[in-house]
Amino acid sequence: MNFDPTTMPIGMANGRSFGGHGGRLGIRYHARGDDWVELALPYSDELIGDEESGVLASGPIIAMMDMATSIAVWQKIGAFAPHATLDLRIDYLRPARPGQTVIGRAECLRIARSISFTRGIAHDGDIDDPIAHVAATFMVPNGAYPKAAK
Amino acid sequence: MKLPPYTGLLKATLELAEDGTPVMVMPFHDDVLGRPGFLQGGAISGLLEVAAIAALRHALENEGGGRIKPINVTVDFMRGGRGLETRAAGRITRLGNRVANVDAFAWQDDRSRPIAAARMNYLIERD
Repeated sequence: MNFDPTTMPIGMANGRSFGGHGGRLGIRYHARGDDWVELALPYSDELIGDEESGVLASGPIIAMMDMATSIAVWQKIGAFAPHATLDLRIDYLRPARPGQTVIGRAECLRIARSISFTRGIAHDGDIDDPIAHVAATFMVPNGAYPKAAK
Repeated sequence: MKLPPYTGLLKATLELAEDGTPVMVMPFHDDVLGRPGFLQGGAISGLLEVAAIAALRHALENEGGGRIKPINVTVDFMRGGRGLETRAAGRITRLGNRVANVDAFAWQDDRSRPIAAARMNYLIERD
């Protein structure tokens, strides 16, 4: 199977967006490298978690990082594989700046038989000044991940 | 208790348990959908976080109030969130002077079968 999992987010960059919750939050594809992928979460008043400061709620950032780390697994395999998030930990290094788009970069560290390990960084323009650090693991509910294409 | 705009996007509302502690209730709707027929993990995480903060604000109100800043959150996803109403409640393990440790659980038709659980640490700046 010659499936490039990044064609899906790239398709979204050309006007299509994610459906469901991700689409409602405004999450879209941002960029990719050989072993990482980035999504973007544009700032919106609807996503505010603290009205006094205007800082985004953590839910939308977790939603984006969940999607980004998930796509990073498919990017490493070179194929789509249905899996479920087993757990996700996020450390809030500093509050996101109100008005700024949040970028979520994710990479897959390893794919075992049925479990994959990922990490990610959320930032708002400068990856060396991150907002949050994420570690997430995924599991194929029945069976195993396909063998990596490369 | 005033809820932030993000809870409106989730369509989540606040109800009170018999003991007066807050419980967040979220209907199943398209805007929280992940894979077809199931809740997106981020929406479940968001609901857990809102529930944890509501529980913490409720507890802090009895101690003179204060500002709450999230340090970290770990979410375990135990079951897929099906097309049902979801509830979430926070349980404060320890409310210290500067740090609060909170657990939150999300469930659907059966509270003893949670779909997700989270553990949060918050920094407290007391008024």
